Amino acid sequence: MKLIINKLSFNYKSVAALKDVELELGLDEVLGIVGPNGSGKSTLLKCIDRILKPNQGAVLIDGRDAANIGLGELSKIIGYVPQSSTSTFPFTVFDVVLMGRRPYIRWSVSESDKEIVAEILKFLGISELAARHFNELSGGEQQKVIVARALAQQPQILLLDEPTSNLDIKHQLEVLSIVKSLTRSRQLSVIMAMHDLNLASRFSDRMLMLKHGCIFAVGTPESVLTEENIESVYGVKSHVTNSVLDKPQVTPIAPTTIDLENSKMMSKITSKHK
Amino acid sequence: MSTASEVKRLYTKAKARKVLAILSVFVVLLIAIVISVSLGAGSPRFMDVMQVIFSKLFPFLEIDPGSQITQIIILDIRLPRIVLAIIAGAGLAASGASMQGVLRNPLVSPYILGIASAAGFGAALAFVLGIGIFMPLEGYVVVANAFIFSMLAMLMVYGIARLRGITPESVILAGVAVGYLFSAMLSLIQYIAPEHQAVRAIVYWLLGRLSNAEWESVLIILPIVLVAVVLMMRHSWDMNVMSLGDEVAMSLGVNSRRVLVICMALGALATASIISFTGIIGFICLVSPHIARMMIGSDHRFLLPCSIVLGAGLLLCSDTLARLVLMPSEVPVGIVTSLIGVPFFLYLLLSRRRQLWH
Repeated sequence: MKLIINKLSFNYKSVAALKDVELELGLDEVLGIVGPNGSGKSTLLKCIDRILKPNQGAVLIDGRDAANIGLGELSKIIGYVPQSSTSTFPFTVFDVVLMGRRPYIRWSVSESDKEIVAEILKFLGISELAARHFNELSGGEQQKVIVARALAQQPQILLLDEPTSNLDIKHQLEVLSIVKSLTRSRQLSVIMAMHDLNLASRFSDRMLMLKHGCIFAVGTPESVLTEENIESVYGVKSHVTNSVLDKPQVTPIAPTTIDLENSKMMSKITSKHK
Repeated sequence: MSTASEVKRLYTKAKARKVLAILSVFVVLLIAIVISVSLGAGSPRFMDVMQVIFSKLFPFLEIDPGSQITQIIILDIRLPRIVLAIIAGAGLAASGASMQGVLRNPLVSPYILGIASAAGFGAALAFVLGIGIFMPLEGYVVVANAFIFSMLAMLMVYGIARLRGITPESVILAGVAVGYLFSAMLSLIQYIAPEHQAVRAIVYWLLGRLSNAEWESVLIILPIVLVAVVLMMRHSWDMNVMSLGDEVAMSLGVNSRRVLVICMALGALATASIISFTGIIGFICLVSPHIARMMIGSDHRFLLPCSIVLGAGLLLCSDTLARLVLMPSEVPVGIVTSLIGVPFFLYLLLSRRRQLWH
């Protein structure tokens, strides 16, 4: 599936969250979206999946405007993994992953639905969790279950909203390696919003840097993650080196907003109060 | 490492267990029916009861139906009451289960939409002032009033929630507000009502009872509840998916706002049509889904049927007790539902260690 985003804009009430975003997603590609809090990463993902309706512009899937594709059909093309998930009511892991078959199920669960769910659980190495209750799992296990749920939709495009923000380093690497390998084995294109620049750099084929809802930079991790870009988008002085994995490695040093003069003034003010 | 086929078998087994649980509750319900029909004032012998029922069920067998009095007690007094208890219990429980599902809140019941106090207010208006909106419907003034005001409450909740955007929170808050409004007006009516008699009638109505059950009311309630329940069942998968939140529901092709409005309307309709005849029977709609969830989990494809048979059974047992404990007088069934429901519920609650909701 080819995804093209055409001059997309979105406003929350009167506040612009995305402005004229243009993007093309290649087949089997992992695109990492980075940018500070509030730069529009999550909003962009939600606009692509029609969870939010863009005010302007269009999302084209194989040339068709997503607005004209029904929610039901779209759910067979795009899978979405939110930042965090809880289930209001107790469901087993199998039940949660089975929910990913909702677009294909009318009432009863077929043998092939069960087959697909069982295979995905196995693929993600979480077969043992099948009968456990979702809400009783650790954050890392839950994240894998939610990825499994999205994969059960058998999507061609997978959207991940900060898939690693609550995970320890082992689970971070596991989840992202799984995602990366999926793009190869299942012809899946992935867009993921990330906070961790180094993980994004390591697992993305291409990166997109957002600032105030606009695309600031797009390209290979090497071309996007430069000291200049990071300073003007995040307001953070950093040091970028080449890591042992031959990817850019960002070491943040200090926010540009706190300069030496300022901190001296601050200490004066606080000492006066004492 | 469990294999894929083992995982599949696990799921199939879990499903069989759920079906079995529902069937066993159903069997208990059937037994309760048999017991209930043969107990009560001027009680005919068990065999006489069966004789009457079988003679009517299978007229071609030409069984002697027995004495006239027995026939009247069974066919015109006890059976309609039992059937009404089953339908009302089932309808209330189904409404509760789907309302909790779409509002994603295990503490809500259809009464959260203010329809109980609105129904009470409508009934009170009829009792005290003799004001009916449908005066021509002689004999149904109280029923029609209660129904119309509960529908009015639902529309008010919908209208208010829409102003803020339909979300579970806005619906619940609007429901609480509308509920308080109508209960204040209900109190006002009781306070200014001149006759002692009318106030007593209101209090009695508010406690809920099935003693005035007739085949006629069964025939009015049954189709409404049946249609509502079938339509709720059709949204079982949607309710499951909505448990993971609006965004996930939408990404799975479910328009959660639409499902919320539909199921809310269906629950309100079924509940209103029941309580207009019976008065306010509490507890069943809140607690049947909980008991069902503890028994078989949260998959609404099983949760709804399980709640339905549980609700029917609970209300039937409560009403049978209500008839019997103070014979020849009666206890309002609304009191009994809580009295026998609470210990049962607490037992289940304390005997399970699993977290029940998030």
